Amino acid sequence: MRDVAILGLGQTPVGEHWDLSLRDLGAQAIVSALKDAGIEAPQLLVVGNMLSGSLSHQENLGALLADYAGLRGIEALKVEAACASGAMAVRMAYLAVAGGMVDIAVACGVEKMTDGSSEETTTALAAAADDLFESDQGISFVALNAMLMRRYMHEFGYRREDFAEFAVNAHRNAARNPNAMFRRPITPQAFAEAKMIATPISLLDSAGIGDGAAALVLGPMDLARRLGGAVIRIAASASATDSVALHDRRDPLEVRAIYLSAQRAYAQAGVGPQDIDLFELHDAFTIMSALSLEGAGFAPRGGGVRLALEGEIGLEGRIPISTMGGLKARGHPVGATGVYQIVEAALQLRGQAGENQIPNCRLAMTQNIGGSGANVVTHILERLA
Amino acid sequence: MTIPSYWRTRRQRLSLEGEICPHCRRHVFPPRDICPYCGGPAKAAASLSGRGTVYSFSLVHNAPAGFEPYAPYLVAIVKLDEGPLVTAQLTDVSPDEVSIGMPVEMVTRKLREEGEEGLIVYGYKFRPLLQAEAL
Repeated sequence: MRDVAILGLGQTPVGEHWDLSLRDLGAQAIVSALKDAGIEAPQLLVVGNMLSGSLSHQENLGALLADYAGLRGIEALKVEAACASGAMAVRMAYLAVAGGMVDIAVACGVEKMTDGSSEETTTALAAAADDLFESDQGISFVALNAMLMRRYMHEFGYRREDFAEFAVNAHRNAARNPNAMFRRPITPQAFAEAKMIATPISLLDSAGIGDGAAALVLGPMDLARRLGGAVIRIAASASATDSVALHDRRDPLEVRAIYLSAQRAYAQAGVGPQDIDLFELHDAFTIMSALSLEGAGFAPRGGGVRLALEGEIGLEGRIPISTMGGLKARGHPVGATGVYQIVEAALQLRGQAGENQIPNCRLAMTQNIGGSGANVVTHILERLA
Repeated sequence: MTIPSYWRTRRQRLSLEGEICPHCRRHVFPPRDICPYCGGPAKAAASLSGRGTVYSFSLVHNAPAGFEPYAPYLVAIVKLDEGPLVTAQLTDVSPDEVSIGMPVEMVTRKLREEGEEGLIVYGYKFRPLLQAEAL
């Protein structure tokens, strides 16, 4: 095993890109990441994507994006882990470089979501859940999270309005991120009055889906030092699984894979939650923010919402989350999201986060969740110079 | 839904047939051959009573494809008396009558129709426990 660094990064704005196809988005992100790294010839491309088969009738994304990014001939493949496909692609690229089989690898997360109707997209996303025993009953992916949220409110005595700060914080940060989809602040009152999707989850509890692609170039640490500039080391890359169906868990509010992947990441990096300067978590729904903060050790069970209520998740709080808008307001191009999270964390560590810059940050954590906590990928990044 | 897939799951859909683990004696639903609790092989079929309580619920406004005509509809995770949780729609009840902990029982109902040439898909839903009133 050798240390792996982030050599370059790229992203497209997240949005409804009628003028850009799946392949255009992916190729743009890859080309801009390679340019950022100053590298022309990677040996491996790993594409993270969930929905290309169902929404764009396109698989074989490894070869397609390699071709369109001008990399025809290299080794390339797609990996899928539902909404965690992006970070899983980064992890696979990381393993290849860390193991010494590959020197320079590109991980690209890409998703084209606005070519399908709203019902088609809802159905395609439900494939992240258990097809036979959840989706087949008419249970949308939102409904599963809604049932988690209602149970959480019941067990810990919260009201729906108590979750507002997760959305307000995300929109506040997205307003200052040029790549974000929803660049306008929202008020707690707007949150309280938002239209219901599946009670108690409203439009403003939920991440906006959009088109987008983000990419990272990974390479060995000695190369990063030679290239100069800020050196960002991947201090930990870890993943863990749980049952796909919520009803197969003994306690659905304790998302075991969140805990396991975070613990594995802390052990690899030799740090704990108290050392982390910012946390790009998977705020697909406000309830997931609470469960991530708890599972990753930033709050006790039932305490995730309290952390938000006490103002500790803002840019100046104890543990800033969704610092560039999060899934909620940067937008959630599902299979690309995990790469966006790592790109944003790296920008923070490089000191290139603009108006949302967290001063003197050194350790950033990202966590990408596939399904209702079925597959969770956690990374810790460290700025060395 | 294809006919083979519907046929394959008929015992689960129509009679909540799961398994009982011969090692730890826990009920398992849906059936899966390896007990999720103790890891031992579990292939002994066992039907569940279909009675339980609401663990959590939601009123779905934005339905997936095929379910749009029924929206808004209630869904729940039900904790069965034998232990397993099961995810299903609620029926014969209005949204403001549902609460966590409410006793419910399984009924067989139509889940959806797949058009002129397609299947009419039946399966389990849960309704408020009727016996409670008779007592």
